[in-house]
Amino acid sequence: MLELQNIHWELPDGEELIKGVDLAIRPGKLTVITGPNGGGKTTLAKLIAGLYMPTEGKILLDGEDITDYGITERSKAGIAYAFQQPVRFKGLSVKELLKIASGKDMKEFEMCHILEKVGLCAAEYMNRPLDTHLSGGESKRIEIATVLARNASILIFDEPEAGIDLWSFSSLIETFEKLKTEKSGALLIISHQERILNIADEIVLIAEGKIREKGDRDTVLPLLNINGRGCGCPLGREVVNG
Amino acid sequence: MARSDINETSLEMLHEITDWEGLFDGAYSIRQDGTCADLHSTDTIRIVPKTDNPGIDIYIAAGKKKDTVYIPACVTKSGVDDVVYNDFHVQSGADVIIVAGCGVHTTDDEGARHNGIHRFFLEPDSHVLYKEKHIGTGIGKGLRVIDPVTEVELQEGAYLEMDTQQLAGVDKTVRATKAKLLKDAKLVIRESILTDDDNVAETDFEVVMEGEDSSVDLISRSVAKGESRQAYHSHIIGNCRCTGHSECDAILVGNGKVDASPALYAGNLDAALIHEAAIGKIAGEQIIKLQTLGLTEEEAEEKIIEGFLTGVE
Repeated sequence: MLELQNIHWELPDGEELIKGVDLAIRPGKLTVITGPNGGGKTTLAKLIAGLYMPTEGKILLDGEDITDYGITERSKAGIAYAFQQPVRFKGLSVKELLKIASGKDMKEFEMCHILEKVGLCAAEYMNRPLDTHLSGGESKRIEIATVLARNASILIFDEPEAGIDLWSFSSLIETFEKLKTEKSGALLIISHQERILNIADEIVLIAEGKIREKGDRDTVLPLLNINGRGCGCPLGREVVNG
Repeated sequence: MARSDINETSLEMLHEITDWEGLFDGAYSIRQDGTCADLHSTDTIRIVPKTDNPGIDIYIAAGKKKDTVYIPACVTKSGVDDVVYNDFHVQSGADVIIVAGCGVHTTDDEGARHNGIHRFFLEPDSHVLYKEKHIGTGIGKGLRVIDPVTEVELQEGAYLEMDTQQLAGVDKTVRATKAKLLKDAKLVIRESILTDDDNVAETDFEVVMEGEDSSVDLISRSVAKGESRQAYHSHIIGNCRCTGHSECDAILVGNGKVDASPALYAGNLDAALIHEAAIGKIAGEQIIKLQTLGLTEEEAEEKIIEGFLTGVE
Protein backbone atom coordinates (compact mmCIF):
# COMPACT_ATOMS: atom_id res chain seq x y z
CA MET A 1 0.00 0.00 0.00
CA LEU A 2 1.13 3.52 -0.81
CA GLU A 3 0.45 6.15 1.81
CA LEU A 4 0.81 9.89 1.48
CA GLN A 5 0.90 11.65 4.83
CA ASN A 6 0.37 15.41 4.97
CA ILE A 7 2.20 16.03 1.67
CA HIS A 8 3.05 19.62 0.82
CA TRP A 9 4.91 20.94 -2.19
CA GLU A 10 5.78 24.44 -3.25
CA LEU A 11 7.40 26.16 -6.19
CA PRO A 12 10.84 27.78 -5.72
CA ASP A 13 9.08 31.14 -5.37
CA GLY A 14 7.21 29.81 -2.34
CA GLU A 15 3.80 29.35 -3.94
CA GLU A 16 2.28 26.22 -2.47
CA LEU A 17 0.66 23.90 -5.02
CA ILE A 18 0.03 20.85 -2.84
CA LYS A 19 -1.41 21.75 0.52
CA GLY A 20 -1.41 18.82 2.89
CA VAL A 21 -2.58 15.70 1.07
CA ASP A 22 -3.35 12.49 2.96
CA LEU A 23 -4.08 9.54 0.75
CA ALA A 24 -3.86 5.73 0.75
CA ILE A 25 -3.58 3.83 -2.54
CA ARG A 26 -4.58 0.24 -1.94
CA PRO A 27 -3.32 -2.86 -3.76
CA GLY A 28 -5.79 -4.56 -6.06
CA LYS A 29 -7.78 -1.35 -6.37
CA LEU A 30 -8.12 1.21 -9.11
CA THR A 31 -7.96 4.72 -7.69
CA VAL A 32 -8.78 7.61 -10.02
CA ILE A 33 -7.65 11.12 -9.20
CA THR A 34 -9.73 13.76 -10.91
CA GLY A 35 -10.32 17.46 -10.65
CA PRO A 36 -9.96 20.73 -12.51
CA ASN A 37 -6.90 21.66 -14.55
CA GLY A 38 -4.10 23.12 -12.46
CA GLY A 39 -5.54 21.58 -9.30
CA GLY A 40 -2.41 19.53 -8.50
CA LYS A 41 -3.16 16.09 -9.95
CA THR A 42 -0.02 15.71 -12.07
CA THR A 43 2.09 17.35 -9.37
CA LEU A 44 0.88 14.71 -6.95
CA ALA A 45 1.76 11.91 -9.40
CA LYS A 46 5.23 13.40 -9.84
CA LEU A 47 5.64 13.59 -6.07
CA ILE A 48 4.82 9.88 -5.85
CA ALA A 49 7.19 8.93 -8.69
CA GLY A 50 10.00 11.03 -7.20
CA LEU A 51 10.16 13.67 -9.95
CA TYR A 52 9.40 16.23 -7.25
CA MET A 53 10.38 15.95 -3.62
CA PRO A 54 7.80 17.01 -1.01
CA THR A 55 8.60 20.08 1.05
CA GLU A 56 6.73 18.51 3.94
CA GLY A 57 5.14 15.17 4.75
CA LYS A 58 5.91 11.50 4.29
CA ILE A 59 5.46 8.87 1.58
CA LEU A 60 5.31 5.24 2.68
CA LEU A 61 5.34 2.18 0.44
CA ASP A 62 4.26 -0.96 2.24
CA GLY A 63 5.31 0.70 5.47
CA GLU A 64 8.75 1.71 4.18
CA ASP A 65 9.52 5.43 4.25
CA ILE A 66 10.46 6.32 0.66
CA THR A 67 10.14 10.11 1.06
CA ASP A 68 13.84 10.71 0.41
CA TYR A 69 14.14 8.17 -2.42
CA GLY A 70 15.08 9.58 -5.83
CA ILE A 71 13.39 8.63 -9.10
CA THR A 72 15.50 5.52 -9.73
CA GLU A 73 15.10 4.26 -6.16
CA ARG A 74 11.33 4.75 -6.28
CA SER A 75 11.21 2.89 -9.58
CA LYS A 76 13.21 0.03 -8.12
CA ALA A 77 10.95 0.06 -5.06
CA GLY A 78 8.00 -0.71 -7.36
CA ILE A 79 6.55 2.58 -8.59
CA ALA A 80 5.90 2.94 -12.32
CA TYR A 81 4.77 6.21 -13.88
CA ALA A 82 3.36 6.82 -17.37
CA PHE A 83 3.95 10.46 -18.33
CA GLN A 84 1.13 12.65 -19.53
CA GLN A 85 3.40 13.91 -22.32
CA PRO A 86 5.48 11.01 -23.68
CA VAL A 87 9.18 11.69 -24.11
CA ARG A 88 10.72 11.31 -27.59
CA PHE A 89 14.12 9.74 -28.14
CA LYS A 90 16.22 10.03 -31.27
CA GLY A 91 17.74 6.61 -31.81
CA LEU A 92 15.96 4.48 -29.19
CA SER A 93 13.47 1.98 -30.57
CA VAL A 94 10.20 0.79 -29.07
CA LYS A 95 11.85 -2.58 -28.46
CA GLU A 96 14.78 -0.98 -26.65
CA LEU A 97 12.53 1.07 -24.38
CA LEU A 98 10.38 -1.95 -23.51
CA LYS A 99 13.52 -3.93 -22.69
CA ILE A 100 14.69 -1.17 -20.34
CA ALA A 101 11.21 -1.02 -18.79
CA SER A 102 11.00 -4.76 -18.19
CA GLY A 103 14.60 -4.96 -17.01
CA LYS A 104 15.24 -8.02 -19.16
CA ASP A 105 15.81 -9.15 -22.72
CA MET A 106 12.17 -9.42 -23.76
CA LYS A 107 11.16 -12.02 -26.31
CA GLU A 108 9.05 -10.98 -29.26
CA PHE A 109 5.96 -12.76 -27.96
CA GLU A 110 6.30 -10.88 -24.68
CA MET A 111 6.39 -7.59 -26.56
CA CYS A 112 3.35 -8.71 -28.56
CA HIS A 113 1.57 -9.36 -25.30
CA ILE A 114 2.37 -5.91 -23.90
CA LEU A 115 1.79 -3.90 -27.08
CA GLU A 116 -1.45 -5.71 -27.79
CA LYS A 117 -2.81 -4.26 -24.57
CA VAL A 118 -2.43 -0.76 -25.99
CA GLY A 119 -3.71 -1.74 -29.42
CA LEU A 120 -0.37 -1.90 -31.25
CA CYS A 121 1.08 -4.72 -33.34
CA ALA A 122 4.57 -5.63 -32.12
CA ALA A 123 5.76 -6.70 -35.58
CA GLU A 124 4.90 -3.29 -36.92
CA TYR A 125 6.18 -1.17 -34.04
CA MET A 126 9.03 -3.00 -32.28
CA ASN A 127 11.78 -1.54 -34.43
CA ARG A 128 10.31 1.91 -34.85
CA PRO A 129 12.31 4.76 -33.37
CA LEU A 130 10.67 6.76 -30.59
CA ASP A 131 11.10 10.01 -32.45
CA THR A 132 8.78 12.51 -34.05
CA HIS A 133 7.77 10.04 -36.78
CA LEU A 134 5.34 8.47 -34.31
CA SER A 135 2.00 10.20 -33.96
CA GLY A 136 0.92 11.62 -30.61
CA GLY A 137 -1.48 8.73 -30.05
CA GLU A 138 1.13 6.11 -30.95
CA SER A 139 3.75 7.51 -28.62
CA LYS A 140 1.16 7.81 -25.86
CA ARG A 141 0.24 4.15 -26.23
CA ILE A 142 3.91 3.16 -26.13
CA GLU A 143 4.33 5.27 -23.01
CA ILE A 144 1.52 3.29 -21.37
CA ALA A 145 3.12 0.04 -22.57
CA THR A 146 6.39 0.92 -20.80
CA VAL A 147 4.53 0.97 -17.51
CA LEU A 148 2.66 -2.24 -18.28
CA ALA A 149 6.02 -3.89 -19.04
CA ARG A 150 7.28 -3.16 -15.55
CA ASN A 151 6.75 -5.52 -12.71
CA ALA A 152 5.57 -2.73 -10.45
CA SER A 153 3.35 -2.66 -7.39
CA ILE A 154 2.08 0.88 -8.00
CA LEU A 155 1.12 1.75 -11.58
CA ILE A 156 0.47 5.43 -12.22
CA PHE A 157 -1.06 6.65 -15.47
CA ASP A 158 -1.29 10.39 -16.04
CA GLU A 159 -4.26 11.11 -18.30
CA PRO A 160 -3.90 7.93 -20.36
CA GLU A 161 -6.82 8.94 -22.56
CA ALA A 162 -5.12 12.08 -23.91
CA GLY A 163 -4.43 11.77 -27.62
CA ILE A 164 -5.78 8.25 -27.93
CA ASP A 165 -8.45 7.41 -30.48
CA LEU A 166 -11.82 6.05 -29.44
CA TRP A 167 -11.12 2.46 -30.52
CA SER A 168 -7.80 2.19 -28.75
CA PHE A 169 -9.33 3.81 -25.72
CA SER A 170 -11.91 1.02 -25.45
CA SER A 171 -9.17 -1.60 -25.42
CA LEU A 172 -7.28 0.48 -22.87
CA ILE A 173 -10.29 0.44 -20.57
CA GLU A 174 -10.40 -3.34 -20.93
CA THR A 175 -6.69 -3.47 -20.09
CA PHE A 176 -7.22 -1.45 -16.92
CA GLU A 177 -10.11 -3.69 -15.92
CA LYS A 178 -8.00 -6.80 -16.51
CA LEU A 179 -5.13 -5.29 -14.53
CA LYS A 180 -7.50 -4.87 -11.63
CA THR A 181 -8.21 -8.57 -11.58
CA GLU A 182 -4.79 -9.92 -12.64
CA LYS A 183 -2.49 -7.81 -10.56
CA SER A 184 -2.07 -7.55 -6.88
CA GLY A 185 -0.60 -4.07 -7.43
CA ALA A 186 -2.39 -0.76 -7.10
CA LEU A 187 -3.56 1.27 -10.08
CA LEU A 188 -3.59 5.03 -9.89
CA ILE A 189 -5.02 6.90 -12.85
CA ILE A 190 -5.29 10.63 -13.29
CA SER A 191 -8.22 11.26 -15.53
CA HIS A 192 -11.21 13.38 -16.43
CA GLN A 193 -12.72 10.64 -18.52
CA GLU A 194 -16.11 9.39 -17.43
CA ARG A 195 -15.42 5.87 -18.72
CA ILE A 196 -12.35 5.65 -16.52
CA LEU A 197 -14.22 7.10 -13.54
CA ASN A 198 -16.86 4.44 -14.13
CA ILE A 199 -14.37 1.59 -13.59
CA ALA A 200 -12.74 3.16 -10.53
CA ASP A 201 -12.91 1.51 -7.15
CA GLU A 202 -12.09 4.76 -5.45
CA ILE A 203 -12.24 8.33 -6.65
CA VAL A 204 -10.25 11.24 -5.29
CA LEU A 205 -11.17 14.81 -6.22
CA ILE A 206 -8.33 17.29 -6.04
CA ALA A 207 -8.67 21.05 -6.51
CA GLU A 208 -6.40 23.90 -5.52
CA GLY A 209 -3.85 21.51 -4.08
CA LYS A 210 -6.22 19.84 -1.65
CA ILE A 211 -8.32 16.72 -1.59
CA ARG A 212 -11.94 17.87 -1.77
CA GLU A 213 -13.59 14.47 -1.80
CA LYS A 214 -12.46 10.88 -1.61
CA GLY A 215 -14.24 7.61 -1.25
CA ASP A 216 -15.66 4.71 -3.20
CA ARG A 217 -16.96 5.34 -6.70
CA ASP A 218 -20.63 5.17 -5.87
CA THR A 219 -20.22 7.83 -3.20
CA VAL A 220 -17.99 10.30 -5.04
CA LEU A 221 -19.14 9.93 -8.67
CA PRO A 222 -22.56 11.52 -8.09
CA LEU A 223 -20.81 14.53 -6.53
CA LEU A 224 -18.71 15.23 -9.61
CA ASN A 225 -21.54 16.72 -11.61
CA ILE A 226 -20.17 15.30 -14.86
CA ASN A 227 -23.39 15.93 -16.72
CA GLY A 228 -24.24 19.04 -14.84
CA ARG A 229 -23.85 22.74 -14.80
CA GLY A 230 -21.07 23.42 -17.23
CA CYS A 231 -17.47 24.37 -16.72
CA GLY A 232 -15.39 25.18 -13.67
CA CYS A 233 -14.85 23.02 -10.63
CA PRO A 234 -16.85 19.81 -10.87
CA LEU A 235 -18.23 20.63 -7.44
CA GLY A 236 -18.92 24.23 -8.30
CA ARG A 237 -16.79 25.27 -5.32
CA GLU A 238 -14.73 27.78 -7.23
CA VAL A 239 -17.94 29.71 -7.85
CA VAL A 240 -19.09 29.38 -4.26
CA ASN A 241 -15.73 30.34 -2.80
CA GLY A 242 -14.70 32.84 -5.42
CA MET B 1 53.91 -10.00 -44.67
CA ALA B 2 51.70 -13.07 -44.46
CA ARG B 3 48.44 -13.98 -42.76
CA SER B 4 50.39 -15.48 -39.86
CA ASP B 5 51.96 -12.05 -39.22
CA ILE B 6 48.63 -10.51 -38.22
CA ASN B 7 49.25 -9.63 -34.58
CA GLU B 8 47.01 -9.76 -31.52
CA THR B 9 46.38 -6.00 -31.55
CA SER B 10 45.12 -6.22 -35.12
CA LEU B 11 42.92 -9.20 -34.29
CA GLU B 12 41.33 -7.32 -31.40
CA MET B 13 40.73 -4.25 -33.53
CA LEU B 14 39.43 -6.33 -36.46
CA HIS B 15 36.85 -7.76 -34.11
CA GLU B 16 35.73 -4.24 -33.11
CA ILE B 17 35.66 -2.72 -36.58
CA THR B 18 34.47 -5.62 -38.73
CA ASP B 19 32.99 -8.23 -36.38
CA TRP B 20 35.92 -10.47 -37.41
CA GLU B 21 35.67 -13.98 -35.96
CA GLY B 22 38.82 -15.41 -37.57
CA LEU B 23 37.51 -15.59 -41.11
CA PHE B 24 36.10 -13.33 -43.80
CA ASP B 25 33.55 -14.86 -46.14
CA GLY B 26 34.30 -13.40 -49.56
CA ALA B 27 37.00 -11.16 -50.94
CA TYR B 28 39.27 -9.29 -48.55
CA SER B 29 42.44 -7.31 -48.08
CA ILE B 30 43.80 -6.95 -44.54
CA ARG B 31 46.28 -4.14 -44.03
CA GLN B 32 48.58 -3.93 -41.01
CA ASP B 33 51.12 -1.19 -40.27
CA GLY B 34 51.32 0.01 -43.84
CA THR B 35 51.59 -3.39 -45.51
CA CYS B 36 49.11 -5.83 -46.97
CA ALA B 37 48.93 -8.79 -44.56
CA ASP B 38 46.52 -10.93 -46.53
CA LEU B 39 44.51 -10.62 -49.72
CA HIS B 40 41.91 -12.76 -51.39
CA SER B 41 39.93 -12.25 -54.61
CA THR B 42 36.81 -14.05 -55.76
CA ASP B 43 35.21 -14.68 -59.15
CA THR B 44 33.35 -11.39 -58.99
CA ILE B 45 35.64 -9.25 -56.83
CA ARG B 46 39.23 -8.82 -57.96
CA ILE B 47 41.69 -7.05 -55.65
CA VAL B 48 44.88 -5.85 -57.34
CA PRO B 49 47.76 -4.15 -55.47
CA LYS B 50 48.71 -0.79 -56.96
CA THR B 51 52.13 -0.39 -58.47
CA ASP B 52 52.47 3.40 -58.28
CA ASN B 53 51.18 4.00 -54.77
CA PRO B 54 50.50 1.96 -51.65
CA GLY B 55 46.99 0.55 -51.88
CA ILE B 56 44.69 -1.55 -54.00
CA ASP B 57 42.27 -1.43 -56.89
CA ILE B 58 39.08 -3.33 -56.24
CA TYR B 59 37.14 -4.40 -59.31
CA ILE B 60 33.60 -5.48 -58.53
CA ALA B 61 31.56 -7.21 -61.22
CA ALA B 62 27.87 -8.05 -61.15
CA GLY B 63 27.34 -11.42 -59.50
CA LYS B 64 24.39 -13.71 -58.96
CA LYS B 65 24.02 -12.54 -55.40
CA LYS B 66 25.04 -9.70 -53.15
CA ASP B 67 28.80 -9.91 -52.50
CA THR B 68 30.84 -8.63 -49.57
CA VAL B 69 34.39 -7.36 -49.63
CA TYR B 70 36.40 -6.57 -46.49
CA ILE B 71 39.23 -4.04 -46.54
CA PRO B 72 40.14 -3.25 -42.91
CA ALA B 73 43.34 -1.44 -41.97
CA CYS B 74 45.12 -1.57 -38.63
CA VAL B 75 47.97 0.50 -37.28
CA THR B 76 49.28 -1.40 -34.27
CA LYS B 77 52.22 0.66 -33.02
CA SER B 78 53.42 4.19 -32.47
CA GLY B 79 55.54 5.79 -35.18
CA VAL B 80 53.53 4.39 -38.09
CA ASP B 81 52.11 6.92 -40.55
CA ASP B 82 50.18 4.85 -43.04
CA VAL B 83 48.81 6.37 -46.24
CA VAL B 84 46.83 4.08 -48.52
CA TYR B 85 45.02 4.62 -51.81
CA ASN B 86 42.05 2.33 -52.39
CA ASP B 87 39.99 2.63 -55.56
CA PHE B 88 36.66 0.87 -55.94
CA HIS B 89 35.53 0.20 -59.50
CA VAL B 90 31.96 -1.02 -59.29
CA GLN B 91 30.59 -2.28 -62.57
CA SER B 92 27.06 -1.85 -63.89
CA GLY B 93 24.50 -3.94 -62.06
CA ALA B 94 26.86 -5.00 -59.26
CA ASP B 95 25.42 -5.18 -55.75
CA VAL B 96 28.04 -5.25 -53.02
CA ILE B 97 28.69 -4.61 -49.34
CA ILE B 98 32.08 -3.08 -48.60
CA VAL B 99 33.24 -3.43 -45.01
CA ALA B 100 36.11 -1.05 -44.36
CA GLY B 101 37.13 0.22 -40.96
CA CYS B 102 40.31 1.30 -39.30
CA GLY B 103 41.94 0.85 -35.92
CA VAL B 104 44.90 2.86 -34.70
CA HIS B 105 46.88 1.71 -31.66
CA THR B 106 49.65 3.57 -29.89
CA THR B 107 52.39 1.92 -27.84
CA ASP B 108 54.28 4.95 -26.49
CA ASP B 109 54.41 8.75 -26.67
CA GLU B 110 54.87 8.83 -30.41
CA GLY B 111 51.76 9.17 -32.57
CA ALA B 112 50.19 6.71 -35.01
CA ARG B 113 48.16 7.66 -38.06
CA HIS B 114 46.13 6.09 -40.83
CA ASN B 115 45.18 8.11 -43.87
CA GLY B 116 42.88 6.14 -46.17
CA ILE B 117 42.18 7.78 -49.49
CA HIS B 118 39.20 6.03 -51.02
CA ARG B 119 37.78 6.66 -54.45
CA PHE B 120 34.49 5.16 -55.54
CA PHE B 121 33.58 4.85 -59.21
CA LEU B 122 30.06 3.47 -59.46
CA GLU B 123 28.89 2.60 -62.94
CA PRO B 124 25.22 2.88 -63.94
CA ASP B 125 22.72 1.00 -61.78
CA SER B 126 25.30 -0.39 -59.38
CA HIS B 127 24.49 -0.65 -55.70
CA VAL B 128 26.94 -0.33 -52.81
CA LEU B 129 26.57 -0.43 -49.06
CA TYR B 130 29.79 0.84 -47.46
CA LYS B 131 30.31 0.23 -43.73
CA GLU B 132 33.17 1.75 -41.82
CA LYS B 133 34.08 1.89 -38.14
CA HIS B 134 37.01 3.77 -36.64
CA ILE B 135 38.57 3.13 -33.27
CA GLY B 136 41.65 4.23 -31.36
CA THR B 137 43.29 2.21 -28.58
CA GLY B 138 46.59 1.98 -26.76
CA ILE B 139 48.84 3.71 -24.26
CA GLY B 140 51.20 6.67 -24.07
CA LYS B 141 50.77 10.28 -25.08
CA GLY B 142 51.09 9.58 -28.79
CA LEU B 143 48.13 10.90 -30.77
CA ARG B 144 45.93 8.39 -32.56
CA VAL B 145 44.96 9.98 -35.84
CA ILE B 146 42.66 8.82 -38.64
CA ASP B 147 42.23 11.09 -41.66
CA PRO B 148 39.96 9.50 -44.24
CA VAL B 149 39.48 11.10 -47.63
CA THR B 150 36.60 9.87 -49.76
CA GLU B 151 35.79 10.76 -53.34
CA VAL B 152 32.65 9.46 -54.97
CA GLU B 153 31.34 9.49 -58.51
CA LEU B 154 27.91 8.02 -59.02
CA GLN B 155 26.84 7.42 -62.58
CA GLU B 156 23.27 7.14 -63.81
CA GLY B 157 21.03 5.26 -61.41
CA ALA B 158 23.89 4.26 -59.09
CA TYR B 159 23.24 3.96 -55.36
CA LEU B 160 25.77 4.35 -52.56
CA GLU B 161 24.96 4.11 -48.89
CA MET B 162 27.78 4.98 -46.50
CA ASP B 163 27.42 4.02 -42.87
CA THR B 164 30.39 5.39 -40.94
CA GLN B 165 31.04 5.39 -37.20
CA GLN B 166 33.84 6.75 -35.09
CA LEU B 167 33.56 4.66 -31.96
CA ALA B 168 36.09 5.97 -29.44
CA GLY B 169 39.72 6.73 -28.72
CA VAL B 170 40.57 8.66 -31.89
CA ASP B 171 42.46 11.77 -30.76
CA LYS B 172 42.26 13.62 -34.03
CA THR B 173 40.41 13.13 -37.26
CA VAL B 174 39.81 15.16 -40.37
CA ARG B 175 37.24 13.51 -42.59
CA ALA B 176 36.77 14.84 -46.10
CA THR B 177 34.08 13.50 -48.40
CA LYS B 178 33.33 14.73 -51.90
CA ALA B 179 30.67 13.32 -54.19
CA LYS B 180 29.33 13.97 -57.67
CA LEU B 181 25.95 12.53 -58.65
CA LEU B 182 24.68 12.00 -62.17
CA LYS B 183 21.11 11.31 -63.33
CA ASP B 184 18.94 9.26 -60.94
CA ALA B 185 21.92 8.55 -58.68
CA LYS B 186 21.33 8.35 -54.97
CA LEU B 187 23.74 8.90 -52.09
CA VAL B 188 22.85 8.15 -48.47
CA ILE B 189 25.38 8.95 -45.76
CA ARG B 190 24.94 8.11 -42.09
CA GLU B 191 27.80 9.31 -39.98
CA SER B 192 28.21 9.10 -36.23
CA ILE B 193 31.15 10.48 -34.30
CA LEU B 194 31.92 10.08 -30.61
CA THR B 195 34.66 12.22 -29.12
CA ASP B 196 35.87 12.46 -25.53
CA ASP B 197 38.78 13.90 -23.52
CA ASP B 198 40.76 16.27 -25.78
CA ASN B 199 39.72 14.62 -29.06
CA VAL B 200 39.21 16.80 -32.09
CA ALA B 201 37.05 15.77 -35.05
CA GLU B 202 36.40 17.66 -38.24
CA THR B 203 34.12 16.43 -40.95
CA ASP B 204 33.56 18.03 -44.34
CA PHE B 205 31.08 17.01 -46.99
CA GLU B 206 30.67 18.41 -50.45
CA VAL B 207 28.00 16.84 -52.60
CA VAL B 208 27.27 18.11 -56.08
CA MET B 209 24.14 16.93 -57.87
CA GLU B 210 24.63 17.28 -61.61
CA GLY B 211 22.04 14.85 -62.96
CA GLU B 212 18.25 15.16 -63.03
CA ASP B 213 16.43 13.41 -60.19
CA SER B 214 19.57 12.65 -58.26
CA SER B 215 19.31 12.78 -54.48
CA VAL B 216 21.39 12.91 -51.35
CA ASP B 217 20.43 12.19 -47.75
CA LEU B 218 23.12 13.12 -45.26
CA ILE B 219 22.56 12.28 -41.61
CA SER B 220 25.21 13.14 -39.06
CA ARG B 221 25.06 12.36 -35.35
CA SER B 222 27.72 13.63 -32.97
CA VAL B 223 28.40 13.27 -29.29
CA ALA B 224 31.11 15.53 -27.87
CA LYS B 225 32.11 14.62 -24.32
CA GLY B 226 34.82 15.79 -21.96
CA GLU B 227 36.86 18.65 -23.43
CA SER B 228 36.47 17.41 -27.01
CA ARG B 229 35.64 19.54 -30.03
CA GLN B 230 33.88 18.74 -33.26
CA ALA B 231 33.30 20.71 -36.42
CA TYR B 232 30.78 19.73 -39.07
CA HIS B 233 30.69 21.36 -42.47
CA SER B 234 28.45 20.27 -45.29
CA HIS B 235 27.82 21.82 -48.65
CA ILE B 236 25.07 20.39 -50.79
CA ILE B 237 24.91 21.77 -54.29
CA GLY B 238 21.91 21.15 -56.51
CA ASN B 239 22.53 22.17 -60.11
CA CYS B 240 19.50 20.43 -61.58
CA ARG B 241 16.12 18.96 -60.61
CA CYS B 242 17.18 17.06 -57.51
CA THR B 243 16.52 16.59 -53.82
CA GLY B 244 18.97 17.08 -50.99
CA HIS B 245 18.48 16.61 -47.29
CA SER B 246 21.00 16.99 -44.52
CA GLU B 247 20.47 16.53 -40.83
CA CYS B 248 23.08 17.33 -38.23
CA ASP B 249 22.33 16.49 -34.62
CA ALA B 250 24.79 16.80 -31.80
CA ILE B 251 24.73 16.07 -28.09
CA LEU B 252 27.07 17.90 -25.75
CA VAL B 253 28.28 16.28 -22.54
CA GLY B 254 30.61 17.99 -20.06
CA ASN B 255 32.60 20.70 -21.85
CA GLY B 256 32.20 19.26 -25.34
CA LYS B 257 31.87 21.80 -28.15
CA VAL B 258 30.36 21.46 -31.61
CA ASP B 259 30.52 23.85 -34.52
CA ALA B 260 28.01 22.99 -37.26
CA SER B 261 28.04 24.89 -40.55
CA PRO B 262 25.66 23.41 -43.05
CA ALA B 263 25.37 25.09 -46.43
CA LEU B 264 22.98 24.60 -49.32
CA TYR B 265 23.28 25.91 -52.84
CA ALA B 266 20.38 25.63 -55.28
CA GLY B 267 21.48 26.41 -58.83
CA ASN B 268 18.22 25.31 -60.38
CA LEU B 269 14.58 26.19 -59.80
CA ASP B 270 13.73 22.53 -59.25
CA ALA B 271 16.47 21.79 -56.76
CA ALA B 272 14.73 21.01 -53.44
CA LEU B 273 17.20 21.20 -50.57
CA ILE B 274 16.53 20.94 -46.87
CA HIS B 275 18.75 21.18 -43.84
CA GLU B 276 17.92 20.36 -40.23
CA ALA B 277 20.27 20.86 -37.30
CA ALA B 278 20.09 20.62 -33.54
CA ILE B 279 22.83 20.88 -30.92
CA GLY B 280 22.33 20.66 -27.19
CA LYS B 281 22.74 18.63 -24.05
CA ILE B 282 20.66 15.52 -23.39
CA ALA B 283 17.09 16.58 -22.67
CA GLY B 284 16.48 16.30 -18.94
CA GLU B 285 13.10 14.68 -19.51
CA GLN B 286 14.78 11.82 -21.43
CA ILE B 287 17.00 11.03 -18.47
CA ILE B 288 14.04 11.29 -16.07
CA LYS B 289 11.93 8.95 -18.20
CA LEU B 290 14.63 6.27 -18.17
CA GLN B 291 15.11 6.79 -14.43
CA THR B 292 11.43 6.06 -13.92
CA LEU B 293 12.14 2.77 -15.71
CA GLY B 294 14.81 1.89 -13.15
CA LEU B 295 18.04 3.20 -14.69
CA THR B 296 20.41 5.44 -12.76
CA GLU B 297 21.17 8.88 -14.20
CA GLU B 298 24.53 7.62 -15.55
CA GLU B 299 22.97 4.49 -17.08
CA ALA B 300 20.24 6.60 -18.67
CA GLU B 301 22.78 8.99 -20.18
CA GLU B 302 24.81 6.08 -21.56
CA LYS B 303 21.74 4.44 -23.08
CA ILE B 304 20.57 7.69 -24.70
CA ILE B 305 24.00 8.32 -26.24
CA GLU B 306 24.33 4.73 -27.43
CA GLY B 307 20.92 4.87 -29.13
CA PHE B 308 21.59 8.31 -30.57
CA LEU B 309 24.87 7.22 -32.16
CA THR B 310 23.87 3.80 -33.41
CA GLY B 311 20.45 4.98 -34.50
CA VAL B 312 17.44 3.02 -35.61
CA GLU B 313 16.91 1.92 -39.17
